[in-house]
Amino acid sequence: MHPSHFTAVLLFALFASTVFGITQRESPRRMVRYGAYCFTLFVGSAIVISWLMYFIAR
Amino acid sequence: MAGEANKNVSAKNEPQGFVYLPLIVGWLVPGGGHFLLRKWGRGALLAIAIIGMFVSGLLMQGKLYTNAQDMLDLLGLAGDLGTGLLFFIGKVLNLGPDQVMVTTADYGTKFIVVAGLLNVIAAVDAHNLRTGRKQS
Repeated sequence: MHPSHFTAVLLFALFASTVFGITQRESPRRMVRYGAYCFTLFVGSAIVISWLMYFIAR
Repeated sequence: MAGEANKNVSAKNEPQGFVYLPLIVGWLVPGGGHFLLRKWGRGALLAIAIIGMFVSGLLMQGKLYTNAQDMLDLLGLAGDLGTGLLFFIGKVLNLGPDQVMVTTADYGTKFIVVAGLLNVIAAVDAHNLRTGRKQS
């Protein structure tokens, strides 16, 4: 399996945020919210840092 | 009277039996600690996430650390050991290459290490549920 960089980021964020959501919050509703929050931060920060590196490299 | 009532309440809240069992089972089998506490849904999601990450890492040709040549290898080995039985099964079946040859294999190696670290978090969560430190 040779996923693209972005697919690898999505996979990583999905698995890690699932575990974070379940273990760091108590009620199911808050677990889902925290998991979604972590997923967004993982993917969002990867995109922002990628663009920063793109401009630094130019 | 009130002191006796408090004593009874605290005795009821005391965890019975071997409180480290969910921690150990959760480390050996991803989600196992939660299954032991009859948290079926959470256990299944944790198992899917952790085993999924481990298998994805192997499919990306990530390597399983065997010996620690330097500090980074030692940290990688510690992370891999967090996956419990998955690591030992992987070693017995000789899964994963000895050398990282392509970029995705490097990602895969990190996936396997992080799967181990996430499994440790899940096992500690099961322990906290068992001792009552986490309510539900």
